[in-house]
Amino acid sequence: MEIPENVKKRLSLPAEEHFYAGHTACQGCGAALGLRYVLKAYGRKTIFTIPACCSTIIAGAWPYNTLDANLFHTAFETTGAVLGGIEAALKARGIKVKGEDGVMVVGWAGDGGTADIGLQALSGFLERGHDALYIMYDNEAYMNTGIQRSSSTPFGAWTTNTPGGKKHFLEKRHKKKVIDIVIAHEIPYAATASVAYPEDFIRKLKKAQKTPGPSFIQLFAPCPTGWRSPTDKSIELARLAVQTAYFPLFEYENGKYKINMPSTKKEPKPIEEFLKLQGRFKYMTKEDIEVLQQWVNREWEKLKKLAEVFG
Amino acid sequence: MEYKPIRKVVSGNYAAAYAAKHARVQVVAAYPITPQTSIIEKIAEFIANGEADIQYVPVESEHSAMAACIGASAAGARAFTATSAQGLALMHEMLHWASGARLPVVMVDVNRAMAPPWSVWDDQTDSLAQRDTGWLQFYAENNQEVYDGVLMAFKVAETVNVPAMVIESAFILSHTYDVVEMIPQELVDEFLPPREPLYDLANFEKPFSVGALGTPADYYEFRYKLAKAHEEAKKVIKEVGKEFGERFGRDYSQMIETYRTDDADFVFMGMGSLMGTVKQAVDVLREEGYKVGAAKVRWFRPFPKEELYELAKNVDGIAVLDRNFSFGQEGILFNEAKGALYNTGAKPLMKNYIVGLGGRDFTVNDVRKIAENMKAIIEKGELDVEVDWYHLKR
Repeated sequence: MEIPENVKKRLSLPAEEHFYAGHTACQGCGAALGLRYVLKAYGRKTIFTIPACCSTIIAGAWPYNTLDANLFHTAFETTGAVLGGIEAALKARGIKVKGEDGVMVVGWAGDGGTADIGLQALSGFLERGHDALYIMYDNEAYMNTGIQRSSSTPFGAWTTNTPGGKKHFLEKRHKKKVIDIVIAHEIPYAATASVAYPEDFIRKLKKAQKTPGPSFIQLFAPCPTGWRSPTDKSIELARLAVQTAYFPLFEYENGKYKINMPSTKKEPKPIEEFLKLQGRFKYMTKEDIEVLQQWVNREWEKLKKLAEVFG
Repeated sequence: MEYKPIRKVVSGNYAAAYAAKHARVQVVAAYPITPQTSIIEKIAEFIANGEADIQYVPVESEHSAMAACIGASAAGARAFTATSAQGLALMHEMLHWASGARLPVVMVDVNRAMAPPWSVWDDQTDSLAQRDTGWLQFYAENNQEVYDGVLMAFKVAETVNVPAMVIESAFILSHTYDVVEMIPQELVDEFLPPREPLYDLANFEKPFSVGALGTPADYYEFRYKLAKAHEEAKKVIKEVGKEFGERFGRDYSQMIETYRTDDADFVFMGMGSLMGTVKQAVDVLREEGYKVGAAKVRWFRPFPKEELYELAKNVDGIAVLDRNFSFGQEGILFNEAKGALYNTGAKPLMKNYIVGLGGRDFTVNDVRKIAENMKAIIEKGELDVEVDWYHLKR
């Protein structure tokens, strides 16, 4: 549908759509929204590489491709390495990479493929300084495989291999701070983003496009199927994750930390507001919730300090 | 331009590095492993000295080396890597990805024994364990064949869109210096023009995806097409080998190189560097009155079934020398050769000699002992044992 010029002017997001209707994501899928925004930011001149994850299916079985851009499906643990290879090939062929008029080389991988099996290739990609962007869309479990824990799964969350039973639940570890591992590589640009704040996300995508070297974005992308949440609550959940400081929005740019609005607007809401909309946390007692709350508080204080000292 | 070879004294590894440079590879991604490392070190030296324009990706593992080559090849570049043993095993998953996505990556594997026990010496089990990954496999006898093999591998791989492996022996070739006749760059460029990719991720006219989910309705046909590409490769290999001979004087049109087999009673068959020893032994044995020949299998994948039949129908026996073993069965070349002949009329007596595992020395005298044994069993008309662990300390 053609969008009238006067309407286009009022839009805060690019009007162009490069993500086709008819994709096979579940209702309320955060990852599908995320892909749509990435394509709005970069358009067709993008080479995606996607490992084993929900997005492999969302992009379509052969011969379909729901992305209006070129896509190389790759093995689970190889996103970082394949990104490096594609970028090297483009440079060898004299094709401009990154920048306003260059090709965007984008890795789009889930938290399992990033925080776990793909962590080594991600580290290699970051330290070698490739001109490409790695986006980890974080739905906090191996959703495509049927909701098993990843190291990005939070404390207390039910998954099919860390169930909550009559006696106790099995997920006793806090969410791995992948973004901190990324920042330890001292890359030029790293950020967190959320599908509830698309303007913020697209601004970050544009910044990654302008910044030479490797960039990394950890995108919070709710999964109603895995989170046992209503399909129309995904955006609300993504927003609550930010408002409770469970998943604060921030940027790391050349050594400087910056917490992005609205994370700092007011005191964070209690974590319970985020938890109560999801079936995956229903096994948690008051005490368990307090354990998670303490973790959120501690990490939030740490981030504020970093922004204060290295802002 | 008339062909005047440039003679250099180089190791097998340097021969591989020069060949990669002369093939004008555009992306090299690699991880160090003994005894492969000096291939990549030499290439890095070419880059550092401005002698080659190559994007070099020093990755953090062999798995990523192959993944990066796959990304580079998918984005249109001529990609190269090298590895050995445990490194090749770590790449295994991605070898399937390269062939399935029809990417003509070329790799040199330095044949080395698999651990444990730890070993850095020659053994073919590492590359033969990759038999079913859909890669073409060329086994080099000497440093010259390493150099020539890499150039031909690129041409064949890029014609049929199937990746190719050039295999050389640990230390026996990788670190041993010999004269290699190299080809002037202009002539290599004529033989091997720039790659024309099957598809190009940097073409944005009509978006497409590669490697998507193949449902039961389609997966089968993808496999069939790869199988057909291997059949096609047999034809291309012979043509490219013939062209190489016409241009540069070394003919590779035979997938099995036969040596003094015409009137042979029985032949020794094997792959790689040990066949140099065997050919030398054949000359010695001929003087001693043995009517023997050698059959060197150059290309193990695709397997030269037809050439094997032509050889086998004219001899009484084949001694298959395997520097490898498939546990629970027998030597891998022996297994393949027997299988290939089953439905043909050729039924020579075939015996499997397991030799040289983990770098155990294999000499002309060893070939003589095998010849004595072969002669005896042929005269008797039956095997003593089918699989003979030849060097075993008894």
